[in-house]
Amino acid sequence: MAGESVYDVAVIGAGVIGAAIARQLSCYRLNVVLLEKEADACFGISKANSGIIHGGFHHGPDALKARLEILGNTLFDRLQRQLHFPFRRCGILVAALSVEEMKAVEKLYENGVRNKVIGIELAGRERMLALEPQLNPDVVGGLHAPSGGVIEPYRFVFALIENAQDNGVELATGFELTGVEHENGAFLLVSAQGRRVRARYAVNAAGLYADSVSALFGAEQFTIVPRKGEEFLLDRNAKGLPGKVVFPVPTRLSKGILVIPTVEGTCMVGPTAVEIQDKEDLATSQSNLELVFAAARRLVPALSERDIITSFAGLRPTLAGGDFLIESSRRVPRLVQVAGIQSPGLTAAPAVSEYVKDLLKKAGLTLVEKPDWDPYLPEVPRIRELTPFQVDELTRRDPAYGEVVCRCEGVSEAEIVAAVRRGHRTLDGIKFYTRAQMGRCQGGFCTYRILRILARETGQPVEAITKRGPGSELLGGEL
Amino acid sequence: MTGKRYDALVFGGGSAGMAAAARIAAGGFSVAVLERERELGGVLNQCIHSGFGLKVFREDLTGPEYAERYCQRLASASGVDVYLETTAQEVGAAGAETPLTVYGYSRLHGILELSARAGVLAMGCRERNRGNIGIPGTRPAGVYTAGFAQRLLNIDGYLPGRRAVIVGSGDIGLIMARRLTWSGAEVLGVVEIQSYPSGLTRNVVQCLNDFGIPLHLSHVVSRILGRNRVEGVEVSPLEDGVPKQEKAFRLDCDTVLLSVGLLPDTELAKKLGVALNPETGGPLVDAGLQTSVAGVFACGNLLHVHDLVDYVTEEAERCAERVCEYLAGEYELAQHRVVPGANVRYVVPNRYFPGRENRFYLRALVVKNQARLELRIGGETVKQRRLAHVQPSEMVSFTLKPAELAGLASKADNALEVSIA
Amino acid sequence: MTGERRLVCIACPVGCRLAIRQEEGGEIRVSGNQCEKGDTYGREELLAPRRVVTATVRLTGSALRRLPVKTHLPLPREHIAALLAEASRLAVRAPVARGQVLLADFLATGVDLVATRTVEASGG
Repeated sequence: MAGESVYDVAVIGAGVIGAAIARQLSCYRLNVVLLEKEADACFGISKANSGIIHGGFHHGPDALKARLEILGNTLFDRLQRQLHFPFRRCGILVAALSVEEMKAVEKLYENGVRNKVIGIELAGRERMLALEPQLNPDVVGGLHAPSGGVIEPYRFVFALIENAQDNGVELATGFELTGVEHENGAFLLVSAQGRRVRARYAVNAAGLYADSVSALFGAEQFTIVPRKGEEFLLDRNAKGLPGKVVFPVPTRLSKGILVIPTVEGTCMVGPTAVEIQDKEDLATSQSNLELVFAAARRLVPALSERDIITSFAGLRPTLAGGDFLIESSRRVPRLVQVAGIQSPGLTAAPAVSEYVKDLLKKAGLTLVEKPDWDPYLPEVPRIRELTPFQVDELTRRDPAYGEVVCRCEGVSEAEIVAAVRRGHRTLDGIKFYTRAQMGRCQGGFCTYRILRILARETGQPVEAITKRGPGSELLGGEL
Repeated sequence: MTGKRYDALVFGGGSAGMAAAARIAAGGFSVAVLERERELGGVLNQCIHSGFGLKVFREDLTGPEYAERYCQRLASASGVDVYLETTAQEVGAAGAETPLTVYGYSRLHGILELSARAGVLAMGCRERNRGNIGIPGTRPAGVYTAGFAQRLLNIDGYLPGRRAVIVGSGDIGLIMARRLTWSGAEVLGVVEIQSYPSGLTRNVVQCLNDFGIPLHLSHVVSRILGRNRVEGVEVSPLEDGVPKQEKAFRLDCDTVLLSVGLLPDTELAKKLGVALNPETGGPLVDAGLQTSVAGVFACGNLLHVHDLVDYVTEEAERCAERVCEYLAGEYELAQHRVVPGANVRYVVPNRYFPGRENRFYLRALVVKNQARLELRIGGETVKQRRLAHVQPSEMVSFTLKPAELAGLASKADNALEVSIA
Repeated sequence: MTGERRLVCIACPVGCRLAIRQEEGGEIRVSGNQCEKGDTYGREELLAPRRVVTATVRLTGSALRRLPVKTHLPLPREHIAALLAEASRLAVRAPVARGQVLLADFLATGVDLVATRTVEASGG
């Protein structure tokens, strides 16, 4: 078949894990393709990520996820310098509201000590309140992990992929894997639309569908059970927002309902944790609101439902046993399984990618470093982070920096154009890349401008523009 | 960076901004208007229906016709600079002589540093959206606020969808029901949480009854369905204020339009540090419509959401007169409190001048025919007026002259209480 | 028609509930109104209901793509669909003046379709 080359590695799934792996592999002289079934990267599980860099105390070192979380956590400063995503080590607190709860907190502290987490401490009531004045004054004590932090998950994922692309990795969106054929020394990967890709090695990082993808390869059988979590986004002007991430004592099912000061200055409350059947079910419900706010106010009393800007749901890919499944497939050589990556998946991602690289190497992949590998992404100026004088400078080289498209979040036309030129052609993709449509008016004033810009930049008619890919067209036609 | 100084800056070039700017210029002061769209007129440009100007011009005009009259007035005024496609995005440090400094961002003009002695906030309002009211369900494409859909349809010429359900029976929702039907789309129903329609009766008749569009009072959309694009909604009746999902019925549609209320668009006001009134969502203002920040005034929908543009114009012109007094160093400081009394949700402004004529706007909490507006100071009635019909969605305006106060303003408790009986 | 029609009067904000009947001899009887305006409105609604129609038509020769229009008088309801169909076939070229007649005396009703804003010609 003319023109069909064989990739060295196909990474299936462009969420935070696939993106991190792609960037890791881009260091080497390899032809790598990143396959993503949705219209853009970060549209699956990673879309609803809470944006926490975890502190390494929820599990002991026997858990693979704990070991990778600790290592991953330490890598974020360097990654930020290279990739410029918003990230801040604000610190994490686990608040105990009773003597019983304090005992559970002490267990977490022990985990942290065994995991060799730097700076982790137990704190009494006074210290907890000094660390976080917005805490419930009834707090009895708690744990403080200064190495914990908050991150903008979309910018992180997109930055990983962009840097990977700059270093030669190809991204193929709209590629839903529906068939795998085993050829001599390679996999033939076929998509629902009939596209075909050949790769010698494959990494299954397909999130919610890792089990189906594994089945397509004829590899191990396991079941991913989706667990839904709803979160609420609060206005950055709301009163009583904390400066540190506040956790309750964890439950069996999850880390509990958290209060998360986002790196952007807003606040997220949640997530809930409910096991469901349908991997496409992202519906939100009314009953969760009261539950979530009652739990959140237990930690930070001043929070109010009145400050809600919006809510959304995400799905976690849970696997029996609860730990990460990262191993070379025993049934199918040259396939690496990366499944069940729920929390602390994002924190662990940089370490997961190294681990996967080593598994690929053990499986026979030759890794030769590229001497010209460039870990740095050029910074895209964002007017919300700049003074008017700096923006003025920018407008001299591109007047579109002066045109405010999203005035709630402060996003200029130049940034929207940069997003489109980077391949983000859906409204959601532009939203995650730039923050336009995320603010108070929820797209009421910027959407019609974004439609105009998208149509102009891509040449497609406005009626073809979608929210997140085919089937989600915005409009019903032209008059 | 270009820096310019004016006597006054007007933020917003809609009905309030245009009227205020023209009046300030007529007072002999230099004024700049900042407008982020490509033309003046604000939301009037997309309100192609009629019903505007009944009071101001005694004519039944469409939104664009009303806007054009004021655009022309502004164009022929001297001393006015209009900056189109310019957003007042950041606030600068106060200067000694020009306490108000803002940075206008524009691709046409670059970044402008504009400073002035006074400012008028006239940015209008934004729409309450799905995030604010939290309709459960999936997040498909096809859920829009009614005003956004109106803009897409009337300015850009695109249908938001083909089969719509409208949430909320406020005027915007009703007008869009008719507009969509006349544009060839199907409107399956309007869902209203209250037991009465919140828009004008004439709109219920001309926008729903004319087309046989059902109005489901005391109902809510309890769920939105459809993964990538809206496929339908579940509508539940309210019983004792609670949605009864067991009695929910489904409407198949591809579009949901939300007409669930307007909120003053206070992004810039917050940046300026202006104190807000939780009842109106807009700034707290004194008798001259000056906010808590010296020299910064507010009028129009930014101050409180109006129903009639005629009142917006009137309010903006009066505000502009006060701005002129302020700029001339003649601002009247003798003012007393105004408080909402029985059956009144809010009164604007929050203070009155004992020594000059006042104009107030209020919204009732009740629906009533043959009602009575009562103004009292210290328990004594100052003025009464018969109101043939009062309802929360129809703003009431009234004037109070110094002579009518009959000396009551010099009492120790001189707060003016405004009630509806 | 001998049945009774019920509707809400929209002549003023009170909104009287009207009942309108046409008697055997053809006479119209309106009840429930508190004033003359209700009587007039009730009669017209029964005999010859009319509405002001507003819409937009395609605009060329300008950055603006749609021109808002209206009927300069209320149009008999039975002709509204035809007017909207005719309007959807129109394409007006800028410059246009507010009040400019785009369709005169539609279907001999004496009602014109006019532009409701002025648009200059510009690159578009």
